Amino acid sequence: MMLKTEPFVLNIGPVHPSTHGVFRMRATLDGEVIIGLEPVFGYLHRGIEKLAEERTYGGVIPLTDRLDYLASMSNNLAYVLAVEKLAGISVPERAQYLRVIMAELQRIAAFLIAVGAFINDCGAFFTPFLYMFREREKIVDLFEMVSGQRLLYNYMRIGGLSQDVPDEFFPALDRFVRQMPAFIGEYERLLKENEILLARAKGVGILSQEKAVNCSMSGPVLRASGVKWDIRKVDPYLVYDRFEFDVPTGSVGDCYDRYRVRIEEIRQSLRIIKQAMEQIPSGAVKSDVPHLIHPPAGEAYAHIEAPKGELGFYLVSDNSIAPYRCHVRAPSLMNLTTLREMIIGWKIQDAIIIFGSIDITMGEVDR
Amino acid sequence: MIANFGLDLERYWSALPPELPPDWPGGFWWHWLVFTIIIIAFVLGLVMGFIWLERRGMARMQARLGPNRVGPLGLLQPVADAIKVLLKEDIVPDKADKIVHWLAPVVAFAPVLMIFAVIPFQNGALLADLNIGILYVVAISSVSTLGIFMAGWASSNKYSLLAAMRDVAAVVSYEIPVVLALVGVVLLAGSLSLNEIVKAQQIPFILLQPLGFLLFFIGGSAEINRSPFDLLEADSELVAGFHTEFSGMKFAMFYLAEYAEALFLSAIIATLFLAGWRGPLLPPWLWFLIKIIGVFFVIIWIRTTVPRVRIDQLMALAWKFLFPLALINLIITAIQVLAWPEALPWAMIPVNIAIMATLVLLWSKLFKLGWGRVEV
Amino acid sequence: MKFEHYGIGIAKGLTVTIRHLFRHPVTVQHPEQRLNTSRRIRGNELVWSRDRCTGCATCAKTCPQGVIQIVTSVDLVGNKYEVAKYEVDTGYCISCGLCVESCPYGALFMGYAYERAKYRRNELVQGKEDMMLESGKKQPSGYFYPEIARELPRQTLLVERITEKA
Repeated sequence: MMLKTEPFVLNIGPVHPSTHGVFRMRATLDGEVIIGLEPVFGYLHRGIEKLAEERTYGGVIPLTDRLDYLASMSNNLAYVLAVEKLAGISVPERAQYLRVIMAELQRIAAFLIAVGAFINDCGAFFTPFLYMFREREKIVDLFEMVSGQRLLYNYMRIGGLSQDVPDEFFPALDRFVRQMPAFIGEYERLLKENEILLARAKGVGILSQEKAVNCSMSGPVLRASGVKWDIRKVDPYLVYDRFEFDVPTGSVGDCYDRYRVRIEEIRQSLRIIKQAMEQIPSGAVKSDVPHLIHPPAGEAYAHIEAPKGELGFYLVSDNSIAPYRCHVRAPSLMNLTTLREMIIGWKIQDAIIIFGSIDITMGEVDR
Repeated sequence: MIANFGLDLERYWSALPPELPPDWPGGFWWHWLVFTIIIIAFVLGLVMGFIWLERRGMARMQARLGPNRVGPLGLLQPVADAIKVLLKEDIVPDKADKIVHWLAPVVAFAPVLMIFAVIPFQNGALLADLNIGILYVVAISSVSTLGIFMAGWASSNKYSLLAAMRDVAAVVSYEIPVVLALVGVVLLAGSLSLNEIVKAQQIPFILLQPLGFLLFFIGGSAEINRSPFDLLEADSELVAGFHTEFSGMKFAMFYLAEYAEALFLSAIIATLFLAGWRGPLLPPWLWFLIKIIGVFFVIIWIRTTVPRVRIDQLMALAWKFLFPLALINLIITAIQVLAWPEALPWAMIPVNIAIMATLVLLWSKLFKLGWGRVEV
Repeated sequence: MKFEHYGIGIAKGLTVTIRHLFRHPVTVQHPEQRLNTSRRIRGNELVWSRDRCTGCATCAKTCPQGVIQIVTSVDLVGNKYEVAKYEVDTGYCISCGLCVESCPYGALFMGYAYERAKYRRNELVQGKEDMMLESGKKQPSGYFYPEIARELPRQTLLVERITEKA
């Protein structure tokens, strides 16, 4: 005898432990299986793009901190690159190297959180999360040393950096870079071959190569699907063309591949930092740029490889002290577009880990 | 006055005689009273200890400190938590089934306490030496599932309902391999009474029944909903699972029941597989305590390390892996007991371990976990 | 999906967690144990020098939040602006430090203190007297002033604090 069943609607979020902010998934369930999903966002909308139009070019930098608050340095970098392109400002070599170091440290920190939160979504009771936060803490310490704050760094300036790094920065960084591989090895021992993680993440939430490209995915999510696409390689900014590093890719495009790609990215970032530390020249860290700049009327788009994907800033100038229009190409938002296709047909538990493996920050999605 | 009731307190507080004491020594009611008090004190005290051990031990494994403010080493933290929780407002959802919502914590907690009636703390020191001890344990331990289901149903919360459904599915499935694993022990000991089983363990049954132990440990963890099978309070998915809508004393009861179940599993494993109160030098009750805490530490340790399995993988593990292995284990044990009853137990240890390794390796090749995506 | 490694992966993970049991914890207990903050910390207060300030209000113009209020009067005798009111509402301040960087006379500093929790919102408004460097009560941070940074205690770093190998 067939029992009469009916699907029911479950609101996952906006207040839920695993939605990484205030995201809401309106899931239609048939038992445990998700048969319909409607992502709802906008709970964290602060109008940052509009606010940017009322501020001076320099005053927007603190706002960009608040986009992806787990990767403030990358946001700063993308924005100042856009302004420099718009106004045609050159940056001293030392500042470029320091920017590379900061951006790569930020990538490591963000990947650690991404992986830690992903494993937490899989149900590990905070252990990998806390181990990874320990390593992130070391990076945050370094950022605190150079910029004075631990989350919203506001360190990059138009034409360089706010200040040179203090003397004790490079010894500490060197120590960190030498320590880190051993800790990555520890994560690998803890997680890489864990049968339960394999069973949970392998083959789950597959995103095909074709679909990933068509939906303009970027970052680790795209690379896990097997596309060798990294802005640092295909359109080098700063001094990335002088470093040797690989672009790790996955083969299947499942949750496990996304986790593996992120861990490999950490290794590559360490490699870049090591090379940058050897090559860094001395000199000024900020070119002579006035506090208020009047870029010539026009538009500019600059993009970087942020931890979550391609982060771009599109600026339009009307030759005043504030941007006429500022648009953010937020990787988190773009990467969410395939969420529905990836989740449908899987169970609630899979939905949570697929969502976790995309790694979004709501500050960037809603802006 | 005391003499009127025929109580011989001396017999309780001095070491008990090595041979099994007669039924209801010292009069039925006094025996009942003394052991009830002992059991409640033991369970509540050890549950507090477990909460402390779990929070501190887990914290240290996660490179943090854990609660260390209340009392020396934070030992009084569970007491402080209990007081906090007792003073909280009892919130009942508007659409809840009020009576069931009120009854659920009681139904979940009471059976767990009842199980300890048959667990021997040392030779003969137990509330009731039932000759069907294991049957009683198996029967009573399933009742608390009802409490959890009642909680999930009565809260009128979708998360709670999902958690309750998962729990019922898991417990019904895991009951079978767990009971079959226990039967192996019963065959070896030749008795259903827990005290007799402990007495039969010249060498701990974990060595004679390694596969049975493995199955029982996995199945037991699933039945008491400990990680990696803690699907019904999966905090990253179902918020708090079945007790999402419970607060105050009712929540405390669930919390207590959860740890009391962990205590019961540790005690049963210590009794059935680790030779219970037997052990050299130290007094028997201390041996028993040490073994319980040791088993519980392993449970904490596993909880710290592993992620959670998916619901279909949980079911597949029960039906495709544990159940057939438990049947094979039962048959092998029966053959061993029947064919070579006089064989040296020491000779059986390597044989049994070899059988376990072969079976686990072989069966891992044979079955598939879960089926992944469902086409909709 | 099969159990490919027969539990070896989980066993490996168990060795990692048990090893941590015997390591020192990373956390510190804040009110008793205090780590030194960065020498450049942008604490949640501002320190202002009455003597150096000329009342040019560059800081107020630079502030992205517009929380610096400055009122000046003309001092004809000294041939300069007299700062009548200098007020920062730290409740709206985002501690970005742009005001400090923009000050042409080096009269504004970020504060070194970071524990300025108050019970009421209006208590967060810092007045002229409250933030005066000359009163000697406020310690300016080394943000944008390397000569002040050199005097401050060295920052505690986790990379140096943890000596145990992974």
